[in-house]
Amino acid sequence: MIKFNEIKRAFLVSIWFMFLTFPIMVIRVNPVERIVEWRWKNMILVGIGSFLLSFVWNYLMKRKELGVKKTEAGEETGTIPLAQRILGEKRIYIPGLVAIGVFTMVFPLIFSMYQTTIMTTALIYVMLGLGLNIVVGLAGLLDLGYVAFYAVGAYAYALLNYHFGLGFWMALPIGGVLGAIFGILLGFPVLRLRGDYLAIVTLGFGEIIRIILENWNEFSFGPSGIANIPRPSLFGIDLSVHSSIIYIYYIMIALCLFTVFVVNRLQDSRIGRAWIALREDEVACEAMGIDKAKTKLTAFSLGATWASMAGVMFAAKTTFVNPASFTIWESIMILCIVVLGGMGSIIGVIAGALVLILTPEYLRAFSEYRMLAFGTMLVVMMIFRPGGFIPNVRRVYKFEGVKSADKS
Amino acid sequence: MEPVLKVQNLGMNFGGLRALDDLDLDVDKNEIVALIGPNGAGKTTFFNCITGIYPPTDGDVLIFTHGSDRPERINGIKPNRVTEKGLARTFQNIRLFPNMTVLENVMIGRHCRMHAGVLGAILRGKSTIKEEKKAVEDSYAILEKIGLAQFVDEFAKNLPYGAQRRLEIARAMATEPFLLLLDEPAAGMNPNETQELDELIKQIRDEEGISILLIEHDMKLVMSLSDRIFVVDYGKKIAQGTPEEVRNNPVVIKAYLGEEVDA
Repeated sequence: MIKFNEIKRAFLVSIWFMFLTFPIMVIRVNPVERIVEWRWKNMILVGIGSFLLSFVWNYLMKRKELGVKKTEAGEETGTIPLAQRILGEKRIYIPGLVAIGVFTMVFPLIFSMYQTTIMTTALIYVMLGLGLNIVVGLAGLLDLGYVAFYAVGAYAYALLNYHFGLGFWMALPIGGVLGAIFGILLGFPVLRLRGDYLAIVTLGFGEIIRIILENWNEFSFGPSGIANIPRPSLFGIDLSVHSSIIYIYYIMIALCLFTVFVVNRLQDSRIGRAWIALREDEVACEAMGIDKAKTKLTAFSLGATWASMAGVMFAAKTTFVNPASFTIWESIMILCIVVLGGMGSIIGVIAGALVLILTPEYLRAFSEYRMLAFGTMLVVMMIFRPGGFIPNVRRVYKFEGVKSADKS
Repeated sequence: MEPVLKVQNLGMNFGGLRALDDLDLDVDKNEIVALIGPNGAGKTTFFNCITGIYPPTDGDVLIFTHGSDRPERINGIKPNRVTEKGLARTFQNIRLFPNMTVLENVMIGRHCRMHAGVLGAILRGKSTIKEEKKAVEDSYAILEKIGLAQFVDEFAKNLPYGAQRRLEIARAMATEPFLLLLDEPAAGMNPNETQELDELIKQIRDEEGISILLIEHDMKLVMSLSDRIFVVDYGKKIAQGTPEEVRNNPVVIKAYLGEEVDA
């Protein structure tokens, strides 16, 4: 039921907004004809718009508060997260997985080259997101310079190819190892830091790498970058542009599956638990016998490995690298993927990457409003779904063996 | 008696403040020792010095590991190494891992007794699977012993207060200590819960053979549990002895209640 109170409140909000936007939306001074135009129509639009928005807002807020109250009262709300319900129901889950699998496999065959390229880009971000998820989502270390490792990978391939003629398949593991080394290099000085301080130092690290690449001309060819990086070859055969784009798409799918596999296993292991404990409480974590330094360094270096491999992939896909691809904005974007998707949740991060990278591509018509929509989405998400699109579900252990052993 | 922990002339300075001054303390095998004193006396600082959170300014912290009578000096080594050596602690203000389940909290305690590394986790070989399974079983067994088995899959943050305190003890037990350091385990508990805690601590000592050093303000609990009591005030030891001796010690009474003034 809509109550009179709510209408009154929304009405007041709309009046307030009409008043606030009055100077910019209604009055326009025309200096040529020396008159003031009064655009009353705009005021009505603002009024109606804010009235409706405030209505929706209040409704959502109320629903949210209701949910909080229910959980506080300890009631079983029956609102198990949708994702968890789907995962629990094998009849939906398995055909769904098969359908997604088939769709991804035939994707480049049905859709155009353009679509395939966009999808490949999105998949690179899936990989980056999953890598950053180790550092931010699991170990709770806010890393704002993640793009540095992405750059390390991309330049590793570009330079190794330029100087030594190394191919993609050689560069991929070398890039990964280099990434891990850089991860440890960054990790050492920040071992004692946490929270905001860590964020600032990593931010600085990311900028340092970019500025080095931009200014050290002898090493990285400066802002003009490195061109003519070869695409991956298939057993020594060079492919045409079209088929190599499809080939890269399949490599990317394979790499993403590999990443999911590894991250999933790490999450449910001794190391993964230590990361989560580190995120929850550093002091208690150390007092329980976990080596803080080692755990942090593992998180940093593993996260960096994935970023670096994604970087090699990026260089191979675009065949050109320059420092402009590795700005702070990229780091923020990857962080948004992790936070919006759901920290620590693999499916969440994949969903986050696809939504954040694909939506702007398909909404090119509204590209002027892209940042506006992006900002709005972030704010709304953080208020109504702070856990992300698909929040993480902790594993539940089974004990049949233990319990029966007790009885005997 | 066979000692397990011997602290000699321990001192700790924070800038110009001498928080601990020339403290001696020792715990024997299978003994429950209490450390009491007014607020701000330096009890928690003492714990932090022993467990490696602060490196002590001077003095020695010596441990005697299983059967060996040669002491090992552990001043200033990192907290996780101290735990590996067999000293486990709980915290005055509960420090669980709130967003992990009760079982996972205990499994973190098993961490330092497990070996799987990154590669082991990724490949998940036979030994890793076996180790994981054993960790789950051992942790569950500890939870049953402490009486938390019904909460096993609950998030730690959703536990009632008393159960959270017990979970801290369970987590510490999972590290296989020979000495358990409890920092105000009964703080905030009702008399009923305190009674249960009393029994639990005795049970840990008797059944597991773990020595216990505890800080506590609840005098009823301290008197009922302890074999010996050390009293500190302003970072100095002012008395030590059996509960009976300490209870009647005029210095202790003075520290707690202040001096009597003739009217």
